[in-house]
Parts: sequence; structure tokens; C-alpha cells
Amino acid sequence: MSFMNNVLQLESFDFEGYFRSVSPEDVRNSLQRDELNQRDLLNLLSLTAQDFLEEMAQKGRQVTRQYFGNIISLYAPLYISDHCSNLCTYCGFNAGVDFPRTKLSLEEIEREAAAIAATGIRHILILTGEAPAQTPMPYLKSAVKIMKKYFSSIALEIFPMDEEEYQVLCKAGADSLTVYQEVYDRDIYKEVHPRGRKADYEYRLMTPERGARAGFRALNIGALFGLGEPRKEAYMAALHAQYLEREFPDVEVSLSLPRMTKAKGIIEPKNILSDIDFVQFMLAWRLFMPRLGITISTRESAEFRDRLIHLGATRFSSGSKTGVGEYSLKDHDDATVQFEVTDDRSVDEVADMIRQSGYQPVFKDWEMV
Amino acid sequence: MSTRETENDTLYFGDVAFSSRLLTGTGKFASRDIIAPMLEASGSELITVALRRVDPDAKEKDILQYIPKSVRILPNTSGARTAEEAVRIARIAREAGCGNFIKIEVITDMKYLLPDNAGTLKATEILAKEGFIVLPYMMPDITVTKQLHDAGAAAIMPLGSPIGTNRGLEMKAMLKRIIEISKLPVVVDAGIGRPSQAAEAMEMGADAVLVNTAIATSHDPVMAGKAFALAVQAGRMARLAQMAEEKEYADASSPLTGFLRQ
Repeated sequence: MSFMNNVLQLESFDFEGYFRSVSPEDVRNSLQRDELNQRDLLNLLSLTAQDFLEEMAQKGRQVTRQYFGNIISLYAPLYISDHCSNLCTYCGFNAGVDFPRTKLSLEEIEREAAAIAATGIRHILILTGEAPAQTPMPYLKSAVKIMKKYFSSIALEIFPMDEEEYQVLCKAGADSLTVYQEVYDRDIYKEVHPRGRKADYEYRLMTPERGARAGFRALNIGALFGLGEPRKEAYMAALHAQYLEREFPDVEVSLSLPRMTKAKGIIEPKNILSDIDFVQFMLAWRLFMPRLGITISTRESAEFRDRLIHLGATRFSSGSKTGVGEYSLKDHDDATVQFEVTDDRSVDEVADMIRQSGYQPVFKDWEMV
Repeated sequence: MSTRETENDTLYFGDVAFSSRLLTGTGKFASRDIIAPMLEASGSELITVALRRVDPDAKEKDILQYIPKSVRILPNTSGARTAEEAVRIARIAREAGCGNFIKIEVITDMKYLLPDNAGTLKATEILAKEGFIVLPYMMPDITVTKQLHDAGAAAIMPLGSPIGTNRGLEMKAMLKRIIEISKLPVVVDAGIGRPSQAAEAMEMGADAVLVNTAIATSHDPVMAGKAFALAVQAGRMARLAQMAEEKEYADASSPLTGFLRQ
């Protein structure tokens, strides 16, 4: 059994028809349950459920507080290379976009790490494009080892690997893995990943499972909203998270809702996710899986992020730079960024905002042993 | 406790004496500034801290600096998935100046944060030999209760119900039996959501309770701390007074066997 079976089974399911059939009574019943099943999740993701958003929010906030406390964990992303051999039609780093690519040397990585650590951040997320030739295993391993000197938790958002390769990086000190399926709809997946390593849908889908087997203690998954039909994608992502939670009970599972924004050299987003849909999906996920981590990046604006604290979020990036070398090596104007950061507040400013909202910013929540 | 009836009612973990039977926690508070006043109001003398949250190099104040010197720290091994990880975390905690107490948490289920009793037992054996005062968080199990005693634990901490659920004493039947047979103090940990549930655990004969979520996530953690302290005292006094237990069947005078005496 793997999650691929669930994907195949659901291909004959009439999502549109089901969502249309959901009545207010169905939503009310789902909201009253202590433990939600997959049908309840569909009900809460339906358009009908938007009339119950405030109730979902009240319940979602209570559930989040109960399980996570009045806490928001903080992390920062560190882009170490923007080389990429993939041709994802929606990504500004894709191989077809012409810009001077950068890969940090180990010395430069250390300078970036020191700059981030000085802000108080203790959880780091290392990112690369998918270019094993430019960022081979020894390079990645060295990068992880440098991070170990500065951070107490190291997450990776790099290209999918085999289980044995992940084992090497876990042993080096990485503890968490982020990998987005981008889009669960197989037809659209094929369309937006025309060639290259990433064209293999199933290999990518199995990546979190390989990571869990390799020893990562935390997995962060999600869909990139702006490609597939949003409600269906939100449902599949949550089902994937539940599958992982059941298959690997000792692994912490989180979901993210990255939203596509317009960028140079990429396709126009197809299904723009509105703020109201964003909030509804987060809340539906929260009620479906009370222990689920929900990660919010700086793709979202400061004003919007301030509100999300109360709506089920558990982890925020802060002080983020999304261009290679931007923390200590070059100015924003000289860097090519993967996406424009819309919340450009400093770590201190984000932490203050969290405190003012009645929550505690947590910088360190892991110990490497 | 200050009341005359229970003046000498001391609780020991190892050779350390405690007069309060309410253990508290540091996680989940909206602000760490609430911890000290909560401790004062609750009278709690032992507070658990996850080592994963301790950061001696913190840019701002570290969590340990929010705990008054008069209160003992019970570092916990939250995040450990194996006995070996728990042992390493315990050693780091001692080196970080957290003292000799350790609460072992070996968790292998992230949905309900349920402990692995086998791993917990193994870690207890190792750490007790190294001189730690070991308080293991466990699934209520009779055999493991005895084994933890033999392994050198200073107490056992069976869960009342899964952490953070506020469901109270869902494991009541198992807890009762554990309280009957345990030669170690029994601290009911996890799941206690209301003072009445804390009182119930104490009436049942638990030696202490640990409450974190219910205090930390209440609107007024200071008042909630006080409420739990009073409930724990009330439950303890009821136990000492040997109050009659509630009966689940009628107590009419010999309706079934009276005829034998006629």
C-alpha cells in the first residue's frame, strides 16, 4: 500500500458533483463531530461551508490552542543554490528562465547561517533547485554539517532522493523534510512538468514516505495552489497528510498552502486561491487533523499573516530572504528570488507581532541528540 | 499544604520532599512571564520543561530564567522516540544545569503523544543507575509499573487520557489498580482538563497530578493554577479522611441474603 493507491482510487470520484451536493445541514453535522472523517473534510471544504466560516474559525482556534498551546514556532529559509534542471512551467527558477545562477560556496553558506542565527532563529530550512550535478551529495552533506553549528533543527527542501541518500543527510544532522507534490491532479502534473526528473509523478508522491523511512522526524507537504482545482487539491493534500500520520505514527506531519504569484518567465496561475478559500482550507485541515502542523511562509502579506495566527497556524517563517546569498552576501536588487517576500518584517518585528496577538514565539523547539 | 490535618503529609521523589502535590508545566503559555505568578498562585514546587525548548544561547531570555529559584525543574525528554535519545537528552539536561530530576518521555505516536513503555523502561534503567531521579511518563500497565520500580524509578506517571485532550481519567480502571499495587508514588499525568478531574484522581489515591495544558491555555492561568491547587488539596484531604466511596449498586439491607438469618 502506498498513497499512490489512494490517488488512483479517487480519480473516478466526482468531486465537483459532491461539493455541489453538500447542504448546510451536512456542514452543521460535520462541525458537531469530535473526530472528523474524510466525508466531513469534503463537507468543510465545500463552498457551502463558507457560510460557516466563523464557526469553523472558533472551533479551529480552540482545537489549535488545546493541542499546540498559545505558541507559534519560527523558522527561516536559506537558499543555497538556484541551479535547476527542471522545467516547471510555474516556477521562476526553471531551467528555461535565463538568469545568472548562483551556488553558495561552503564559506558563503557559513556566513549566511551566522547572519540568520544572529537574529535568534534556531530552526533552519535549506533550499536548492533540482540540480544534482551542481549540488551533489557531498555538497549537501557539508551544508548540513555547517548548519549544525548554528541551528538546533535542520529541515531540507531539496530535490527528491532515494531512501539511502536521505539516510546520509539524516545522519549528517538533518531532521525534517519538506516536499510539495505541487499538484495532485495527474493530468495537470504532466502538463506543468513536461520533461526532466520531476516528470515522474509517482516518484515525487512517494518522497515523504521514503523520507520517513530514512529517519526524518518531521514531514511538511502541500500543494501549490494556482495549478489544480483548489478544493480537490486541498482534499488530496489533507488525505496525504492523514495517510502519513497513520503510516508513520512517530513522525510529525505538517501542511503548507503555498499560493502561486505571478513571476517572470512562468505561466499565469490558473486557479487563484482567494484569501477566504485559503482560510477555509486551513480551518478544514485543522478540524480534520487536530495535531497537524500548519506552516505559513512569507509569500503571504504581513496583514494576512497577523490574522492567520488565530486561524490554526502553528509555524511561521520570518525575516525570510528567498534569493541565494541575500542574508549577508548581496542586496535584494542583485538577487534573483524564487518568489517575492510580501512580509518583509524582521524576525524581531514578527516575534513582537506574535506576542501582541497573545501568542508566544518559540525559536527553539528541538534538540539534536 | 497549610491545613492542620495534612501538615505532615509529605511527598517524596527519591529523597527530595515536596509539600505540594501539583506538578505543572512550562509549555503552551501565551507568555512566559505568566509562569512565575502561576507558580506562586498554585504553590507548585516542581515544574516540567522540555529540554528541546531550552536554549542557553537564546537571543532573549531562556525559558529556564522564567522559573523562580525556589521551584525545582523537572526537565523532560520530549521529542525522544527511542530510549537512547531519551538518555542522551537527560544527560544534556543535567549538563545544562537542570539538576538530577528527569521526566522520561519516549513518544512513538505523534497523534496522541502516546508513550512507548518498553523504551521508557529501558531509559529508566540506564538513567536511575546514573543517579537521576527518574519520573517516567507511561501507559497505565501493571507489569510495567512493577518493572519501573525494580529499574529504580522514583515515581510513575501514568496518563489519565492523551495529552492535551482534557478528557480526564479515561484510564480510570487501570489507574485504580496501579494505585493499589504501586510501591512508588503515582503521578497522574496528561489529560486532566478540569480541577474536578484532578480532585477525582487524588480521591482515588493518586499521590500527585501534573497539569499543564488546562492551566496554560485558560484565560487566566494564574487563577487556574490556584483552582487546580485547591482541587488537589481537596482530593488529597478526602482521601486521607477515608471518605466513603460512591457505590454503583444499591445498598439496601440484605435483600438477597436476609432470609438466611430469619
